[in-house]
Amino acid sequence: MTDLLDVQGLQTQFRTREGIVHAVNGVSFKLKEGETLGIVGESGCGKSVTVMSMLRLIPSPPGKVTGGTAMFQGKDLLQMTSDEIRHVRGAQISMIFQDPMTSFNPVLTIGMQLTEPLITHLGMTRSQAYERISEMLKLVGIPNAMERLNDYPHQFSGGMRQRAMIAMALGTNPQILIADEPTTALDVTIQAQITDLVKRLRNDLGMAMIWITHDLGIIAGLAQRVNVMYAGYIIEEAPVKRLYANPQHPYTLGLLGSLPRLDLGSRKRLTSIEGIPPILYSVPTSCPFSPRCRFAIERCLHENPPLIEIEPDHRSACWVNPGSGKER
Amino acid sequence: MANPEVILKVNDLVKHFPVFNQSLFRKQIGAVRAVDGISFDVRKGETLGLVGESGCGKSTAGRAILQLLRPTSGEVVFDGVDLVRLKGEPLRKMRRKMQMIFQDPYASLNPRMTIGEIIGEPLLVHNLASKTEAEEQVQALLKLVGLNPSFANRYPHEFSGGQRQRVGVARALSLNPSLIVCDEPISALDVSIQAQVVNLLEDLQHQFNLTYIFIAHDLSMVRHISTRVAVMYLGQIVELTDRDELYHNPLHPYAQALLSAVPIPDPEVEAKRQRQILEGDVPSPRNPPSGCHFRTRCPLADTICAELKPAFREVLPDHFVACHMVK
Repeated sequence: MTDLLDVQGLQTQFRTREGIVHAVNGVSFKLKEGETLGIVGESGCGKSVTVMSMLRLIPSPPGKVTGGTAMFQGKDLLQMTSDEIRHVRGAQISMIFQDPMTSFNPVLTIGMQLTEPLITHLGMTRSQAYERISEMLKLVGIPNAMERLNDYPHQFSGGMRQRAMIAMALGTNPQILIADEPTTALDVTIQAQITDLVKRLRNDLGMAMIWITHDLGIIAGLAQRVNVMYAGYIIEEAPVKRLYANPQHPYTLGLLGSLPRLDLGSRKRLTSIEGIPPILYSVPTSCPFSPRCRFAIERCLHENPPLIEIEPDHRSACWVNPGSGKER
Repeated sequence: MANPEVILKVNDLVKHFPVFNQSLFRKQIGAVRAVDGISFDVRKGETLGLVGESGCGKSTAGRAILQLLRPTSGEVVFDGVDLVRLKGEPLRKMRRKMQMIFQDPYASLNPRMTIGEIIGEPLLVHNLASKTEAEEQVQALLKLVGLNPSFANRYPHEFSGGQRQRVGVARALSLNPSLIVCDEPISALDVSIQAQVVNLLEDLQHQFNLTYIFIAHDLSMVRHISTRVAVMYLGQIVELTDRDELYHNPLHPYAQALLSAVPIPDPEVEAKRQRQILEGDVPSPRNPPSGCHFRTRCPLADTICAELKPAFREVLPDHFVACHMVK
C-alpha cells in the first residue's frame, strides 16, 4: 500500500500572554490508503492541533506552524497556495468536528450547507448537488432525506446532526476523512450508531481515516494503527493490537490502567497517573512525562527520548522498558 | 445479604417541570416529565449507581432526593423521616447529613471565594464551628482529599480540574454526612485524572462508611465503583440489580443495548463483539410514549407495551426490571 499522507517534523506554536506555547513538537506519521489511524491523547496534548496545522486551519496569529512538511499527492499541504489548500479541504480531505451543535450555521438550512462543497469544489449544479446529498443522507440513515434538507440545524437531534456532518464530509468522495472526537458529545447508544455507520462507510468507500479521540475504548474497535500523544509529542506508535497487548510507554500503560473494563468488572484499585499534563513554554530538555512517571531514571531528566523501535512497526519514546523497569 | 440496613427509601418519586404558553397569563400547557415515578432503596455503606443517557432524568432524580428541587410527588424517606414533607429548620438540619458533589468543577466553585472559604462555609452556615475551628477543619479536610493545606487561601482558578473536584469533595465532606450524591463527578475530567478522583472517593467511603449515589453515564466506571446499579430511561428506572448480575444477565432490552454500546479498550475483544444498535433517538420527555417509555425503540415491543405501563417487579432475587417481555 502506498502512503497517502506523509507528515514529517510538524511543529506548531501559539503566542500567548504567558509566553510561546509549544503545542506540537516535531510530529511525524504516515497514513496509508484505506487505513484508519487513531490519534489518542488527553485534552491539550496537541492531537487536534496536529491535524488542524496540517490542513492550515490554525488561526494565525496567535498560532503558527513553524516547521515540517505534510505531503499529500506529491505536494506539501503547508506550501500550497490558499486556493489549492481550499480545494484539498473542500474535496479531498474532509473533516468532521466534535460538537455537532455548533459546527453548523444556525441560520442556513441543512441542504444549503451540505451542498455547498459539491457546488463550489466539484462544479455540480444546485439540483445535482441536492440529488447527491439526499442520497448521502439516506446512506447515513436519515429518513425522508429530500424533505429534511429544508430543515434548519435546530430541527435535528445531536445524533442526526453528526450524521448530516458525515454526509457532508463524504459527499465529495474524499480520499481522507479526519474525525476530531466526533462522538464525544453524544450518548453511548448514539455513539455506537455513529461508529457503526463510519465503519460501514469506510469499508464500502475504501477511504483512509484519521480518528482523533481521548477514548481508548473507541479506538480499539476502529483503528489499525494508533499514535499516542503527550505534550505535543507522539510518545508511542503501534499497530492497535500490539499497543493494547504490549504497551511500551509508561503513559500508555497508565492510561490503560486508569480505565475500568466493563467486561472484566474487577474491583481492583485503578492505577491513576498522579499530577497533571504540562504546558510547554520552551523545548523540554527532559522527558515531558518524567514528573508523573513512576519509572523515571536519571537519564529521563537530562535527555528527552526520541521514538525508539521496540519491535517492527512499534516505537516508544522512553528510555526505560516498563516491563523490566530497566533502561533499554 | 442479611437484612441490610436501608438508609434511604425513595417511593414513587415524581418531578415534573411545568411548561407555560407565551401569553400574558402563562397558562400551563404541559410538563416535562423529567422523573416519572421511581422507587428504590439505598443500603447503608453501598454505592448505588444511577446510569442513563443525557435527558433520562438521573440528575433531576439526584437533586429531587436531596430536596434541591422539590419533588412534584412521592416520598423520600431518609433516616426514617420523609424529606418531601419537611421544610424550614427541620429540613436544614437534615441537609447536614446529605451532601452533593457536582459535575462541573469549573462552575460549581464560587470564583470570588478562596477554597478555604468554600470548604469552611457549610460549617459556618450550620453554626457547627467558630471561625478558627472552621479554619482548622479546612486544613484537615484539604489534607484528607490530597491537597496541600497551605492552598486554603488560593482561589479556584489557580487549580486544575482534578484539584477543583477534590475541593468539591472536601466541601461535601465538611459536615460529616452519611449520604453523598455524586452527580457525574468525573465526566468533566481527563482519563488519567478520573482514576485519581474515583480512587479518592473509594478511600473516603471506606474510611467514613459513606453511602453514595453515583450518577454517571459511563457504564464501565459505574460497574467499577457501584455495589448495585439502576438503569434509567426517560424518567423511569427500567432495571435495578447487583453490578455483576446486571452485566452478566441484563434483562431489560434497553439495559442490554446500553451495555453492548460501551466500547471496550481491547481490540481483540472489540473484533469479536456483536453490537446491538438502537434505532433512532430518545423521545421528548414532554410527550413520552404511552405504556412502556422504551417501546418506540425496543426490538421486542408488542401491542401490550403501548397499552400498559410495565410494573417494576422483582423477577429474580434482588433483580428488579420493568418490562412486559421478561418472564
